[in-house]
Amino acid sequence: MSVDLGMPVTAPRGVGHLRGEESFPVAARRALADPQLRRNIGKATGTIRDKRLRVVGEVPDWEQLRTAGKAVKADVLARLPELLEQLEQAFTAAGGQVHWARDANDANRIVTELVQATGADEVVKVKSMATQEIGLNEALEAAGIAAWETDLAELIVQLGHDRPSHILVPAIHRNRAEIREIFLREMGAVGRAPDPDLTDEPARLANAARLHLREKFLAARVAVSGANFAVAETGTLSVVESEGNGRMCLTLPQTLITVMGVEKLVPTWRDLEVFLQLLPRSSTGERMNPYTSMWTGVTPGDGPQEVHLVLLDNGRTAALADEIGREALQCIKCSACMNVCPVYERTGGHAYGSVYPGPIGAVLSPYLTGVQDNASLPYASSLCGACLEACPVKIDLPSMLVELRHRHVEADRDEHALPTAERVAMAAASWVMADPARYAAAQRGSRVGRLLARRGRIGRLPWPLSGWTSARDAPAPPAETFRAFWARTRGPGS
Amino acid sequence: MSAREDVLSRVRHALAGSAAPGPVPRDYRAAGEHPPGSPELLDLLADRLVDYRAGVRRTAAAGLPAAVAAAVDEGLAGRDLHGEPLCLVVPPGLDRAWLAAVPGQVVVDGQDRLLGALELDRLHGVVTGATVAVAETGTIVLDGSADQGRRALSLVPDLHVLVVQAGQVVATVPEALARLTPTRPLTWISGPSATSDIELVRVEGVHGPRSLQVVLVED
Repeated sequence: MSVDLGMPVTAPRGVGHLRGEESFPVAARRALADPQLRRNIGKATGTIRDKRLRVVGEVPDWEQLRTAGKAVKADVLARLPELLEQLEQAFTAAGGQVHWARDANDANRIVTELVQATGADEVVKVKSMATQEIGLNEALEAAGIAAWETDLAELIVQLGHDRPSHILVPAIHRNRAEIREIFLREMGAVGRAPDPDLTDEPARLANAARLHLREKFLAARVAVSGANFAVAETGTLSVVESEGNGRMCLTLPQTLITVMGVEKLVPTWRDLEVFLQLLPRSSTGERMNPYTSMWTGVTPGDGPQEVHLVLLDNGRTAALADEIGREALQCIKCSACMNVCPVYERTGGHAYGSVYPGPIGAVLSPYLTGVQDNASLPYASSLCGACLEACPVKIDLPSMLVELRHRHVEADRDEHALPTAERVAMAAASWVMADPARYAAAQRGSRVGRLLARRGRIGRLPWPLSGWTSARDAPAPPAETFRAFWARTRGPGS
Repeated sequence: MSAREDVLSRVRHALAGSAAPGPVPRDYRAAGEHPPGSPELLDLLADRLVDYRAGVRRTAAAGLPAAVAAAVDEGLAGRDLHGEPLCLVVPPGLDRAWLAAVPGQVVVDGQDRLLGALELDRLHGVVTGATVAVAETGTIVLDGSADQGRRALSLVPDLHVLVVQAGQVVATVPEALARLTPTRPLTWISGPSATSDIELVRVEGVHGPRSLQVVLVED
């Protein structure tokens, strides 16, 4: 495959975690069969929904903030080239070094080389979606560098040899008893072991993580982080967190490497006033998260004295090139959309395959990879619209999902000579409905369906209609159609 | 083509022919109803901080040393000091009179040299000043000034006593940002370290100071 230099390209295959190994319906079916998983996720999303509503409700200008947030992000995307150059200049002037990565392979190579140059064979990591997306931990491991996740949930995922299932609380699918087991089984092999009499009380579990990770923080020479915001005019980077693991990573090591998607900019310092109000309330349902760190290059005598920023494309320019897909890049990764999504609430995040689950993931992942590589995700939605209502920057997720379905159907038609069952059915329906006599005959025929029904529902239809009934019941056709009822009660011709 | 040129070229291609979006509407609140330092804001800040499970004390300037001593007491209550004498650390520019009533030793960071992370880990607590506080969100910002110190100082010890002057308390996030210098290393603190990663149950105290004791100085 030849690639035109300088033209937008989707994220490459074979590296990172933007594509699942199976389609959403297959993965979702397995998730739905796990009652423990459904209980854990249902409980957690219910809790966070209530918290979010409470703290959003007390902000009198919430709608104005959302409107401003959306406008700032639209402005960022429209002026991205100049803002990226401005950021580069400001960050460099403050003593930092900027690196550019076309894709996951570029970024993994850059970070690996930067770590190797320090001579360190381990790094501490602040939770970061960008480094999850590019599979950085695996790349570092292949180079003999151990990457320690320090966010409590990421630690649970890493120790459990598991995958994250939520962008904010990656271990949302685990309950306290499971976490206790993982800690007792795994912690000792990679560092300080927990007390053998560890209970499953969350405070005790958090303390076990504190003791385990403190050793790593105090010894770490290199940290890797993401960034929630980068201010173009000042070169300031910011990480928003709760536990203090971010502060540890951003403060104690000598070298700090930050990997950030090119879209995570804001133009001015003042713009942070919008997002520092929108993000915490939307994500954790708090008035403010416990800790937010902001740093501009190097501060002599305070914190890392060697700071790097890796600016990552990895399919973002392909999304940007799409006038509709562009909107997905306004996302500030708060996770409010997944917490309110009736589909996510039942399947959890693993079913989406990509590191970006839920409604935003169902949109962002196909735009980053090309829709053919995540073809089932746009269908992982009931289009109820709860995500749009919750989104702090008003991303029109339902419309984008519909558009992606449309693209997928179009692409499918262009690719396959043989029509799909759905297209045959739609073509047949169109022929039937085009003529009143044919329609009436079809309705009379449909009453045969009553023979298949039990208690008014049809649970299973033969192929090709089985595609419909595999995931839902069909109502039994009525004994009498409306047209028949009309003819009987009002007489013919009325 | 370098990766830099390539990425920038891709971005330009992606945007070719797109219309520029309109100006950003900023009709959200730029400030709160109450002026900085007003009693209403101090009440609100105290309420928010208590909600985060921080300790809060209010005092006139004359009572500050006693309030700091009481804050240290409360912050270390129930902690096992392993028989060691109490030892606190302060940034070089902190007014030492604030610690006049604290029993035990006080180490000044940077007096002889900067303390290493392992040394900080052995100290029991830190006392710092602040730059600005946001009442509505219960947030206090440190900017590395001489009375606040470098970032490791207010991070590694398990107790952080934070002295906030009434005049530093503003109502809203926009007011706070306007008072800050972006290029300084900034730490926004809203309560003690916390996590909600286990079943979304909030637990105070993970990696940052597990106890945050705020002393509000009213005048």
